[in-house]
Parts: sequence; structure tokens; C-alpha cells
Amino acid sequence: MPKPDSLLGSLDLLVLKLLARRDSTSAQAEGRCARFQGMHGYAIMTAIREMSDEVLDVEEGSLYPALHRMEEAGWLKAEWTVRDNGRRSRVYQITAAGRKQLGHAETRWQAVTAAVNRILKMA
Amino acid sequence: MSMWNRIRNVFRREALAREIEEELADHRAHGGRVERPLHIAEESRDIRLAPWLDAVASDVVFGWRQLRKNRAVTAAAVVSLALAIGSATSAFRLIDALLLRPLPVANPSDLYVIATEFTDQHTKTKDWDDSSSYPMFREMRDAVKDQAKVMALGYGGNRQDITFGADTDMEKASKQYVSGDVFLIFGLKPALGRLLTPADDLKPGARPVAVISYDYWTRRFGRDPQVIGKTFREGGTVLYEIVGVVQEGFTGTETGSTTDYFVPTMQNARAIEERQWSWFRPWISVPEESRLVVKEKLRAAIANHRKELMRSLPEHFLKSIPNFDKPVVELLPATAGVSGMQRDFRRPLLILGGVILLVLFIACANVANLMTAQAAARAREMALRVSIGAGRWRLIQLVLIESAMVAVLATILGGLFAWWSAPFVAGLINPPDNPVRLVLPADWRVLGFASGLALLVSILFGLTPAWKASSVKPSAALKGGDDPQARRRLMNALVAAQVAFCFLVHLGAGLFVATFDRLSNQPVGFDPSGVLTLDLDVRGREGTWAEWNEVAEAIRARSGVESATIAGWPLMSGNLRSASASVNGLHLHPLPYFLEIAPGWFSTMRIPLIEGRDFRPGERFPNVAIVNETFVTKTFGSGNPVGKSIEIEVPRNKTGRALIVGVARDARYRNLRETIQPTVYVPLESDKAGKSWGSLIVRTNFAKPESLATDLRATVNRTRSDFRVSNTATQLEHVRKHTIRERLLAMLSLFFAVVALILAAVGLYGVLNYSVIQRRREIGIRMALGAQPADVVRKVTQEVFAMLILGAGLGLALGLASERYVETLLFQVKATDLRVLLTPAVTLAVAAIFAALPPTLRAVRIDPAEALRSE
Repeated sequence: MPKPDSLLGSLDLLVLKLLARRDSTSAQAEGRCARFQGMHGYAIMTAIREMSDEVLDVEEGSLYPALHRMEEAGWLKAEWTVRDNGRRSRVYQITAAGRKQLGHAETRWQAVTAAVNRILKMA
Repeated sequence: MSMWNRIRNVFRREALAREIEEELADHRAHGGRVERPLHIAEESRDIRLAPWLDAVASDVVFGWRQLRKNRAVTAAAVVSLALAIGSATSAFRLIDALLLRPLPVANPSDLYVIATEFTDQHTKTKDWDDSSSYPMFREMRDAVKDQAKVMALGYGGNRQDITFGADTDMEKASKQYVSGDVFLIFGLKPALGRLLTPADDLKPGARPVAVISYDYWTRRFGRDPQVIGKTFREGGTVLYEIVGVVQEGFTGTETGSTTDYFVPTMQNARAIEERQWSWFRPWISVPEESRLVVKEKLRAAIANHRKELMRSLPEHFLKSIPNFDKPVVELLPATAGVSGMQRDFRRPLLILGGVILLVLFIACANVANLMTAQAAARAREMALRVSIGAGRWRLIQLVLIESAMVAVLATILGGLFAWWSAPFVAGLINPPDNPVRLVLPADWRVLGFASGLALLVSILFGLTPAWKASSVKPSAALKGGDDPQARRRLMNALVAAQVAFCFLVHLGAGLFVATFDRLSNQPVGFDPSGVLTLDLDVRGREGTWAEWNEVAEAIRARSGVESATIAGWPLMSGNLRSASASVNGLHLHPLPYFLEIAPGWFSTMRIPLIEGRDFRPGERFPNVAIVNETFVTKTFGSGNPVGKSIEIEVPRNKTGRALIVGVARDARYRNLRETIQPTVYVPLESDKAGKSWGSLIVRTNFAKPESLATDLRATVNRTRSDFRVSNTATQLEHVRKHTIRERLLAMLSLFFAVVALILAAVGLYGVLNYSVIQRRREIGIRMALGAQPADVVRKVTQEVFAMLILGAGLGLALGLASERYVETLLFQVKATDLRVLLTPAVTLAVAAIFAALPPTLRAVRIDPAEALRSE
């Protein structure tokens, strides 16, 4: 069993959200020549850490199995890209099914956190 | 899509592992840390492939390694199973083609043949008569016309001489008469032109049109579309026009032979109004729900028809057939077609199927024993697997996959064997002149059978070892102290079953071989060697007696010909005439046989005359007759009948008086099985102008008389150009035709007996060998304590030999119980004959001793010191 991380089960949501944002912004910035834009595992990990001001920290032990699981579920697709130094990176991109799932997960997250906050305030 | 990916990933496991490794390396290269990389890799792998399939795949790889490690055992298992599966598939192909496969028509399950029960006067056995005359067919058709369709379908395999050009270019083609609505009712479509319709079948001889089969169209015309409108002449007289080609796959209804051309029944013009001429089978297409009503109506119609018929039949004839006007009528299923071959070979084929099933069981028991012995050797491995957490089902899966692999290998090999052997066996049934043409496709039915069999077999022989392997107790096995007795009990039981089946197969083979032996050594009463027979046709007229004699004379003048004579037909050729005869007003019952012969026939056939003389030239039917010995004993008792006279039947139900001029020694006329019947030989020549067909019987001084056939054929043609040889055969072929079925059964059952014996011997060897290896320590201790080699031998073999005796007893009981199923196929032999019983017992005993020898020697040679030191 992977050990529980600090993300409280929100890892899938964060990854999907990041990839969804990244996808739309880069598509806008680089126009139609952007054939395949995505992030590799390390970039996703770093992005989560930086954007959360180093509050949230993903472990590799959770991240890669999660990525592979979401790939199997069809929410993500992966492609190998060759970098300048000849190494290959596995780059992930969100799919249509992934966007749909993101919608569900985001709504649910908002509902849950709102409910939790309400309780925290009232109690 | 995703499932597909996961299945695909099972087969690129290495690549998958490398990918995950590379991704993690990339992570590190970016500056990240990777803790517990193996854990990540494993977790990711399980996500990305199908774990159950992965387990199967690794079992297959492991199983393959195991099979390769024990090459000898694997080869023994695969070959014995392949032989059994191949034979079973081959038998299935034959049984399916002859008995099961539905005709390729619209409603095969509604098809029946109308049959009436009759008792064969000579053999006293009841049988079904499925022939009909045209008037009776008409009455049956009209009686049920609202509920069912009655059709007339001629006998298939009816070989005719036809020509598309000059009369010198005759060729053989087989004809089938069909009533006009047959193609319509069968729902068949033309591949070209049109099919026969009821309009073609209205007036006798009116429309000489023919439809050819697709097979014939392909074979003879290379699918030439110009074939429509071509004409051919049949037998030198009728000119047929080809109007169509019937759709592919339909080659008539006579399973076992194929029809080349179909003509309307009205083309047999002379037979249409003949009430006593039965020349086709009455078929009926009737839906299930109205079958009983229809059957009753048919019975009434047939009874009515027979009442009418009785008025014109002589009284003594009716006396011989009691209840002629109260027929027992049955609708015999004709889904798979109807043929004489089915009638002759149904039982032999089913028996062979049974024998092969037994051999299959023996092979399964064998492989089960081999696998059990192997599983025992692997007890430790299994125990280890259990200790590190393998579940019971996982172990069963492991062993079953191994058995399945053996079965698959065996099925592939067996399939190749069946591919070759089914047509080979069909070829063995060939009677001369009329080749068997059995449609033997290797389609989904055969494929389904073979793979179903493989599955069944792998479960049959794999399940016990699998179950045993899975129930291993690690603590006991790892210590080396499993309960060995339990395993041996199972193996012994399998040996007993094997021996029982083997005994049964041997008993059957003994019976069939003895039958063939006795039948083919049955004295025929004439000397067939060196005799050639030529069937002659005179084109479109009757040849005069002078012309027939001229042809015979020309043949006699050829070098290599010793003597030549003329007869209605050769003995044992399948032709037979029985007619009424009476002595002093007393009619012979059953009716005696008749044969027309020319002077010199007895000397040519080398049948001695024991009283009187041969016919003289110029003597005519019905004035004189020669009878056989049986005729004399049946009618005159003893004494010399020469000079007495008999009343014999002449055309138009009249009688004539014949003077007996000679008595001939008994000779076989119909077949080899029946007791010799009273026979009357009469002169070929009669007051008629001549004869349109007959046979030349030629004695040559050649060991192979067929080498003279071409020369004699040409001689006939040269002498009289309108005399034509339609067929030649040796007299030996006519005789051998009557043992084809017995020879086939004897050969195949002997073959399977040998296979069964080898398998049983291998099985016995395997079990004994295993038990010696397993009891090495025990034997060592016994020897150390002073046991003599004889004691050791007894100790090792007594269990197995007890099984042998038990199995043989069981096989004997089974054999005696099943004898009545094969009784009708046997001849002058019974399962209770001592010799028949002794042969399998002795063979089995000898085989058992040979199989037991190597392991027993091994046991005796065990060195106590060494045996005790190990472990």
C-alpha cells in the first residue's frame, strides 16, 4: 500500500487540473503549431510543489502509479518525446475523458471543502 | 481499448519494465529522488497489464520449460495422445460424412424414406425395404398430397456409359432418376441454366433433359458456361440435353457416391406402368407435426396397392410372404441421405468409433499416469510454492496449463494424422468399378470436434494430477515423507482400467480377424484365379445367338485365353435371380437361384459335374437344366435326379418343363456368408431372337488376367462393332468385394489393438518404474536384511500383476457383455471360443512381462548400501 500523503486524496484532481491548464494556456500561446504539449512526471511534481508555495509535496511512489492508473483509465495519454540531450521523457496530456473527470472531481472537491469549512466555522 | 492494451502489455513485459525504468531515470535526471524504485515499478506494472493473463503467460513459459526438461516423457505423452486424438478425429470425419452430415438442402430434418418391413427368405432376418415401383409411388403421393410431398429418387452411384461425341469415346458417369419436383422441394438453385421441373416429368420418355452436378461440371467441363445445350448419348440410345447445373455442394442423395447427372423419372419409360418393378426410393418431406397421420395414410395406401397386386401374383408366391397385404410401414430418417454404403458401414464405423474411444481412454490414463509420476517428483517444488503463498487454484492452473499444452501439441499432430488417414480409410472401402466418393471436408464441424476433444482430454488426464499437486502439504512434502501409497493406488486403478480396455480392444480385434480369416477362406466351389469377366452391351438391339457365339469364338482364339464362355452375369457379381421352381407339383421355398449359362461354363469355372453332362450347343431354355447338389438334397433327398424334370418359371408367369441333364458341385452365387442355396442353371439360349446384354467369362493362363483386358476389349470391338464391353473385372475381384467390410474391420481393429497394447505396455512400465524409484529405500532395507532377488521381484510386481488380472477379468466381462452388438458382423466365431479368448490374454501377459522387465531388473540391482546412504 502506498503510504498516505499530505494531499488527502486530491492527487488525481491536482494532476488533471495542472495538465488541463497547461494544455489550454500553451495552446493559446503557441497557436496551432503546438502539436503535443504536456508535462513529464518531474515537472508535474515540481509544479505542485511551487504553486502550493511548498506546502504540498507529492512523492514519486504515489505520483507514477497514479499517472499510470489515470492513463489506463483513459483520462491521460502519454507520449515519449526526445529531449536535446538524447534522453526520452514520458510526457502526459489530458484527454477529453480526463476533462470530464476533472469537472466531476472539481465539483466534488469544492462541495466537500465548503462543507468542511462550514463545520469548522460553526463549531 | 484499455483492456486490449493490458493484454498486449503481457506480451511485452520486458519492454514495459524498461519503459518504467526509463521514466524513473528521467525523473532522476531532472534532479528528483526516487525512493523504492522496485516498488513503484511493480505497482505500475500491475496497473498497466492484465495480471491474470500475466500469470497464465508465465505458467505457459514455465510449463514449456518443464516439458522440454522431460523430453522423453513429453514425447511419449504427446505421441500416444496424438495417435488417439488423430484416430478419433479421423473416425469422426468418416462417421460425420457418412451418417451425420445433413444434405445441403432446404429442410433436411423433414426428409424421410418410406420403408416397409420384409423378411429375407434366405437369411430369415427382418429388414427394411425402401424401394418402390412407379404405380405405388403415384398412389402414395396422391394419398398424402395435402400434408406432405412424396418424391421418387433413384439409386445413386448408377454408373452409365455415356458419350458426348462418337460412340467409340464412351465414358462413365453416374445417373440418378429424380421426380420433377425434387429440386423444388429441396430448395436448390441452379448455378447455370435451369433445374428439372414437374413439367419435365409428365409423360414417359417425353423430355430427355438432364441437369448435371456442379462437381461434374467442374471435373468434366472445367466450368464451361457453354455446357448448356450440349447433348450426350446414354448406353448408345437415349440422347439427353443438358439444361442446367445444380448449385455447388449437392451431389445427389446417395451418401458415399456422387451423382453426375440427374434425369426425370419419366425417362425410365418402360418402368412407369410396371407394378412389380421397384427401381427407386420413395422419399417424403413431411413436417414433424403431421408425421403420424401421414404414416398411417401411407400404410393404408401401400396395403391397398398390395391387395391389387396380389390378384396378379401366383399363389405359391403369396404363400411364401404371409401378411403381404398388412405391411408394417416406417419413415426412416433421411437427413443425411440414404445409401447402401450407410447400411453396410453404419455398424462397423460405430464399432470402430467405440474402439477408438477406448484407445483414447487408454492414452488418457497413460498420460495421467505419466503426469502423476512427474507431479510426485515435483512435490517439493509444489510444496515450496505453497509455502511462499501460492493458492490452491493457482497450482491447479499451473498443472492444467501443462496438460493443455500437451493436448494442444497432440491435437496438432493428431490433426495431421486425421488429415491423411480419413481419405485413406475411405479408399479402403472401394469396391472395383464404383469408387467411393465421400465428401470429407475439414470444416468447423471437424475442427470443433478435434478442439473439443483436446479440451476434454486435457481435463480428463490433467485434473487428477492437478488436484493431487494442489493438495500437497508443505510440511510433509518438504520433509520428504508424503503418503506415497495414495498416489500409487490411483495409478494402479488406472492401470487396471487400461488393461481392461486393452483386453476388450484385443478381443474385438481377434473376433474381426477370425471373421475375415474364415470368410475369405470360405470355399467358393469354383476356381476364381485367372478368370476375367467382361460385361457386354449390344447397342440398341438384341444380339443374335450366332453373334454372341461369334464374339466368344473370337475371344477363344486370342493367345493367353484357355477357354471362354457366356453367362447372364458372373458369379458373386451382385446380380442374382431367384424364381419359382417346383418338383412334382411341390414349390421350393425359399425360391431357388437361377443363372443362364452357355455350354462350357462349368469347365471354365472349374466346377465339377458329379452326375450327368454339360449343356450341348443348341439346347435351349427352358427344355433342359442342371442343378446343384443342394437342390438335389432339398428336393429329391438322395439318388440320381438326372432324367427327372422340374417345372420352372418362364416369362409372363407361365411355367415350362425342364429335363435335368446334370448335377454340379455346390458353388457360391450370392455371397460368402449365406449357406449355399438350391440353384438351377439354365441354357443362355432361348426361343427369343437374342440377348442385349450378358457377360463373357474368360479363363486365361495369366496370374493377372486383367493384363489381358485391353486386348480382349479390342477383340470384341473388332469382331462385332456394335458389341461393347461396358466393364471388365477379375473373378477374384468379384469374390473379394464380399470381404471388403470384414477386411476393413480386421485391419483397423488390429491396428488399434497394437496401438492399445503399446500404450498399455508403456503405462505399465511407467507405473512400475515409478514405484521402484519411490520404494528404493524400502527395497534397499529389505535387501540389507537378507531378502532374495525373487522376494524383491515379487514385492515389486505383485501389486501391478494383481491389477493386470483384475483388468483382464473386467475386460473379459465387458467383452462378453458387448458381443451382441457386433454379432451380426461376425462369421463362424464367438467371443466364447477358447482361442479367441486366449489370444488377448497371452498377448497381454507377454507385453506385461516385457514392460515389467526393465524396472524389475532395476529393483534387483539396487545396491542396499548406496540406497540407504542417499537421503
